[in-house]
Amino acid sequence: MSIMSIFKRLKPDFWDHGDTGTERFKHLFNFRRIWKLTVALTAGVALSPVISMAIFDYNVTHDATESEIVLRTSRLVSNSRRTVSFFLSGRKAALDFIVHHHTFKDLKDPATLTELLEALQKAFTGFTDLGLIDASGRQRTYVGPFKLVGKDYSGQEWFEEVLARGVYISDVFLGYRQLPHLVIAVKHSLPDGSFYVLRAALDTQQFNHLLSELKVSGGGDAFIVNRQGTIQTPTRWHGKVLEKMSLPVPGYSPETRVLQYQGVGGEPLVVGYAYIAESPFILMIVKHWDELMKPWYKTRKELFAFLAASITVVLLVILGVATYLVNKIHDADEKRVTTLHHMEYSERMASIGRLAAGVAHEINNPLAIINEKAGLIHDLFILKEEYAGDQKLIGLVESVQSSVERCGAVTRRLLSFARHMDVDSRPVKFKELIEEVLGFLGKEAEYRGIKVNVEVREIPTIESDRGKLQQILLNLVNNAFAAMADGGHLDIKVHQRSAESISVKVTDNGCGIPERDLERIFEPFFSTKKTKGGSGLGLSITYGLVRELGGDMRVESAVGKGTSFTVTLPLEAKQRKRLDT
Amino acid sequence: MRVLLVDDEEELVSALAERLSLRGIDADWVCTCYGALERVEVKTFDIAVLDVKMPKMSGLELKRRLQEKCPDMKFIFVTGHGSEDDFRAALTEAGTAYYLVKPLNIQTLIDKMSQALKG
Repeated sequence: MSIMSIFKRLKPDFWDHGDTGTERFKHLFNFRRIWKLTVALTAGVALSPVISMAIFDYNVTHDATESEIVLRTSRLVSNSRRTVSFFLSGRKAALDFIVHHHTFKDLKDPATLTELLEALQKAFTGFTDLGLIDASGRQRTYVGPFKLVGKDYSGQEWFEEVLARGVYISDVFLGYRQLPHLVIAVKHSLPDGSFYVLRAALDTQQFNHLLSELKVSGGGDAFIVNRQGTIQTPTRWHGKVLEKMSLPVPGYSPETRVLQYQGVGGEPLVVGYAYIAESPFILMIVKHWDELMKPWYKTRKELFAFLAASITVVLLVILGVATYLVNKIHDADEKRVTTLHHMEYSERMASIGRLAAGVAHEINNPLAIINEKAGLIHDLFILKEEYAGDQKLIGLVESVQSSVERCGAVTRRLLSFARHMDVDSRPVKFKELIEEVLGFLGKEAEYRGIKVNVEVREIPTIESDRGKLQQILLNLVNNAFAAMADGGHLDIKVHQRSAESISVKVTDNGCGIPERDLERIFEPFFSTKKTKGGSGLGLSITYGLVRELGGDMRVESAVGKGTSFTVTLPLEAKQRKRLDT
Repeated sequence: MRVLLVDDEEELVSALAERLSLRGIDADWVCTCYGALERVEVKTFDIAVLDVKMPKMSGLELKRRLQEKCPDMKFIFVTGHGSEDDFRAALTEAGTAYYLVKPLNIQTLIDKMSQALKG
């Protein structure tokens, strides 16, 4: 089914009414505009709170989700920072403890240092070597996998720093065994102003372990970079250890911070970071924004679905209600217009009646005088001897008299028509009635060569409204005449149908009515003659009149063959009390 | 048969009266209701032919007045106006048989008058 035909089927009756202006009695309203206005207004009033609430809710939940993500990331960063700091400060404190509780002399002894290294390895995993460096930067004792005794560290950057700050934590570097290491060194000053440095190397396995154990939501990654952005612990997404990370190095901040970055592929990232005090490290926690927002996307989808469903339901209800109400108004207005038409029609018939009566009366009086004068002349010719004899004059007078008689017949018919404009139930002789009606249309039939055949079987006199019957017949015969070409044939048959009813059948051999129009033919305003000025009311009024008399009307038709209207009437019309009599 | 014709159209009644006279009927005519009331004072009539619609007094009213003066008088109504009201009123006053519509047929009028007198 095409969209147009669906629309046609759904289209309410009022859609095409009220804005055409071609009808004689216009509808009071432009129904289409009322409908549109109603729909627009109610839809606006009903939907705007729903939509604005949805937008508000969207914003609130969206913002809440975002700040939740930031908060959680920030918390995770803080906790992890504490863990990392604790790891480093624990090892630093161990070295501090050693230098405070052993003399330089003790530590110089490789056996003691070996003992200490073993103890450290037991207590804290990861220590690989231990070295004692004197104030001149020379390594005095070394225990570990390499032979580094006597190595001079003076002038090296890390040595300068440990001298200046008392403690040093190195970046991660590849040691001699190609394993990532970091170095922690502490300086111990003696009361005499001299000092020495204890230096330990740690492999970073433990360090890495700290972070790899963290469960980071949102496809995230926790790792450490140094302040130059070199990656110190393994990361899943952002590069290899000891290479530059793919993200820019975040600016210094003493506190935990959360930023939003664009990833390499342009994907949005949430980056939480913290500078770890007294070390070159920055703890980074990087999460994928879209992953984190997934629950929110689901909520958003549900919100949109709910909104769409609400809007659809509200719109459907509004459309239904508006259509129903406007249809009701339309029906009422249609009824009003029909009544107006009906009234106008009856009014017009009554006016014609009054006019006919007036004309007949005015003509009747002079006609009566002519009649008497001509009669007198005729009498004189016939009865008085002094005028007698002239056959020619007698003929002339007789022709005047017969013409007067014809005029009299016409005026009597007019008067009779007018008389029956009033509504009342009285005995009606059908044959006379038909003749009276045909009297009005006889001339047209004659001019157009239409043959009218009237057949009235033996029927009882019926009690009915003569005026209405006249109108019914007049309309039917008029319609038949309109449908027929010149030289057509009209049949009027009246017979008794049952003990209580008679039937009047008016059959023409005119153009006929297409089947699709047949159902609608008694509807008000249905007209095929609209372009020719038909109001589309003739048959509907006729039908109304038949119903008023308690009868019924049927139609049969074949296109090109003709149409037949059958009016069934009760012998005694149901009396309808008229208010105005 | 003595007939009084009453109609406001003088041309009509005068000719009608003459035509009736030619047929041996004693016909008198007047053009007003008051004329009619005066005329019956001086002459006796068997029957009156009255126009229903006349100025000042209707034929029906005139009939009542005449009947008071001459209880035996018969009446025939004539009208040029076949309105429902006239028709019904005349029917109750005179019966269908004595109600005629203009223009009149002289023979019909004479027949009706004879009938009225017999009835």
